[in-house]
Amino acid sequence: MIVAERKPIEEILPWLEGVRSVLVLGCNECVTVCEAGGKKEVGLLASALRMVFAQQGREVNVGERTLERQCDPEYLDELRDSIDAYDAVVSLACGVGIQFTAERYPSKAVYPGVNTCFMGAALERGVWAERCQGCGQCLLALTGAVCPVARCAKRLFNGPCGGSTAGKCEIGPDVECAWQRIIDRLKALGRLADYETLIPVKDWSKDRAGGPRKVVREDVRS
Amino acid sequence: MRLGYPESVKIIRVPCTGKVDALHLLRCFERGADGVLVVGCREGDCHYQSGNFRARKRVGEVGALLERIGVGGGRVRMVNLSSSDAPLFVRAAREFHEAVLAAGPNPVGRRRRPEPAPARAGAPNPPPQEAIRP
Amino acid sequence: MNAKTPSRLEKILRAGHLAVTSECGPPRGSDIGHLAAKAEAIRRHVDAINVTDNQTSVCRLCSLAACIRLKLMGLEPVLQMVVRDRNRIALQSDILGAASFDIHNILCLSGDHQRFGDHAQGQNVFDLDSMQLLQTVRRMRDEGRFLGGDPIERPPAMFVGAAANPFADPFEIRVPRLAKKIAAGAEFIQTQCIYNVERFERWMQGVRDRGLHEKAFILAGVTPLKSAGMARYMKNKVPGMDVPEEVVKRMAGVPKDRQAEEGIAICIETLQRLKEVPGVAGFHIMAIEWEERVPEIVERAGLAPRPAVA
Repeated sequence: MIVAERKPIEEILPWLEGVRSVLVLGCNECVTVCEAGGKKEVGLLASALRMVFAQQGREVNVGERTLERQCDPEYLDELRDSIDAYDAVVSLACGVGIQFTAERYPSKAVYPGVNTCFMGAALERGVWAERCQGCGQCLLALTGAVCPVARCAKRLFNGPCGGSTAGKCEIGPDVECAWQRIIDRLKALGRLADYETLIPVKDWSKDRAGGPRKVVREDVRS
Repeated sequence: MRLGYPESVKIIRVPCTGKVDALHLLRCFERGADGVLVVGCREGDCHYQSGNFRARKRVGEVGALLERIGVGGGRVRMVNLSSSDAPLFVRAAREFHEAVLAAGPNPVGRRRRPEPAPARAGAPNPPPQEAIRP
Repeated sequence: MNAKTPSRLEKILRAGHLAVTSECGPPRGSDIGHLAAKAEAIRRHVDAINVTDNQTSVCRLCSLAACIRLKLMGLEPVLQMVVRDRNRIALQSDILGAASFDIHNILCLSGDHQRFGDHAQGQNVFDLDSMQLLQTVRRMRDEGRFLGGDPIERPPAMFVGAAANPFADPFEIRVPRLAKKIAAGAEFIQTQCIYNVERFERWMQGVRDRGLHEKAFILAGVTPLKSAGMARYMKNKVPGMDVPEEVVKRMAGVPKDRQAEEGIAICIETLQRLKEVPGVAGFHIMAIEWEERVPEIVERAGLAPRPAVA
C-alpha cells in the first residue's frame, strides 16, 4: 500500500485562514489501512479544526467525507453536488488523491493533510516499512526478492557496502541491511553462488529520472 | 460506604476503556466538556488483556493534540483502579476535579455541538467515558 | 606483468615491491596549502597519495582539484571517487578531467551515507555503485568508450582500485565480494584499517584459496591510534570496524601522554605482522590528520627507502 503520515495540524491551519467552510476528505484505500487518512482520521482532524476555529471565534463549517478512492474519477464525481459548499478541501489521501481531487475540481483549493511516505507493508500494527520505489524495471528476480533500490540506503546493486554490521545498515541500528537480507535469502534458496554475478548498470530511464511516467494498456482502454 | 464525589462528574459507562476511541474523547471537548477522566481497570487486570493499555496510549495522544490546539493537555487523564475500590475512585475524581477547576473553562465553549456529519461520513454518537461539567 | 598504465604505483607493484600508499584529506575551504604541506612531508616515504572524496559526507574541497595540485607538485595522486554525489555523466566527466592532468590512479568507492556528514538533508545519487564504477573506468580505459557507447578521444590511462573491508558483515561473502570487485575490473585493493590481524589473516586465506591475490594487488590498510578514546570510538561507533578489546586495553593501559607513542608502536607491529602474510602486496597507511608521523612509521616498519622506478 501507499503509506502516509498525518501532518501536524499546525502545518494545516495557516492554509485555512479566512476560509468559511472546509471539507476534510478521506480515502478508503491505502491511507485507511495505514491509519493516516481514513474515516476515523477525518473525524479526528475535523474535530480538532472545529475546536481551533471555536477558540478563534470563527464560524467555519467543517465537513467530513470519505470517498472510496480519490484516485479514480468516478468516485471523485460523487463530490460534484456538495463541493460548492466548501471554500477549501483538506485531503487526507496520498499525494495522488490530493492532486486528482484538485484536477477534478480546478477552482477548489485543495491542501494536503498527510505526508505521503512510501510504498510499504505493515510489519505489525502501527509499524509500516518501505518495500518498493516503483523504479519501473523490477530486479527482484536477481536479488532473492529483496529490493536493493528501496531497502538499501545507497541502493547498491552489488552490495553490501563496508558499513554492514550484524545485519544492520550503517545509517542506524534500526535499519536492516538489505544486502544481508539478500544474502540470507540466496542462501536459503541454495543460490549463494549467484551473489557473484555482477548486476549491470541500471537503466534509470524507467524510474522517475526518466520524467513523469504513464502506463497505457490498449487492450483494456475505453 | 457513602462516599461523595463532585456533582459535576457525569459517569459514562463503557464495556472497557479499550472501547474509548480518540474520537470519543475529542468529541467531548468539542461539546464543551472541561475534562475527561478515563477510569480503567488496573494494569494487568484487563478482561480483554490490553484494553486499558490501548486506552492509555490514546489518552496520551489526545492530550498531546489538545495541548497543541490550545485546549490544554491536562484536561484528559487516565487512572487505573479496581471496580471495588471506591475510595480510590473518589480521590481520583476529586483530584481531577480540582485540576480541571484550576485549568478553568474549556476555551472551546460549552454550547458548541459538532456540525451534523454528512450522511456518508461521521461516527455514531460517541459514548465518552466520563465528562466533568462543573 | 607489464604495466597497463603509466601509473608509478602500478609499476612498483608489478615489479614485485611492497608498495606504500598514504592519504590526505582536502581542506574545508579553498586554501590548499595545508594539504600540499602534508603531502610534501611524506613525499619520499610513500609511492602514492590517496586524496579522499568528501569523506564521511562532510563537504570539502574536491578530490580532483587536490589531486591536480599534488600532480603539479610532482607527486603521485590516487583519485578517490565516490558514487554518492555524482551521476554517470559527472563521474565520467571528472575521470576525463583527471586524465587530462595525467592522474593515473583511481579508487572507486560507494561513499559513506550522507547522514554522517554536514549535509544530512541532501539527496544522494547512487546512479552507479562502486562495482559499476570500476566497470565504467575499465571500459573507458580498455575499450576507449563511454558507458553510453560513444568513443573517447585519448581515453584515461588509469590504474583502477577498489576498497575492501574484511571486517564488515556478513563475513562469508567478504571473499566473494572481493572476487566480484576484481571481476568488475579492480587491479589494486586498499583494505579497511586492520587492528584484528587474525581475522584479516583468515580473510587472506580465503583470498589465496581463490587465487585472488594473483589477480589484484592487495594493500593492507592501517591507521595509527592517537589515544585510547580514539580506539574505543573506532571500536564502538564506526560501522564495519573491528578493533579487538586487547588493542583498546593496551592503549588504555599507558598514561595519556604516551598513548600516541603506543598507537604508533601498535601500527608498526601490525605492519610487521602484515608483511609476513602471503599475498599482501603493500600497505595503505591512513594517518588521519597525523600525516607527519607517516615517514617514521614507514622507516620503523622497514619499508624505507621507497624503490625508484622508471
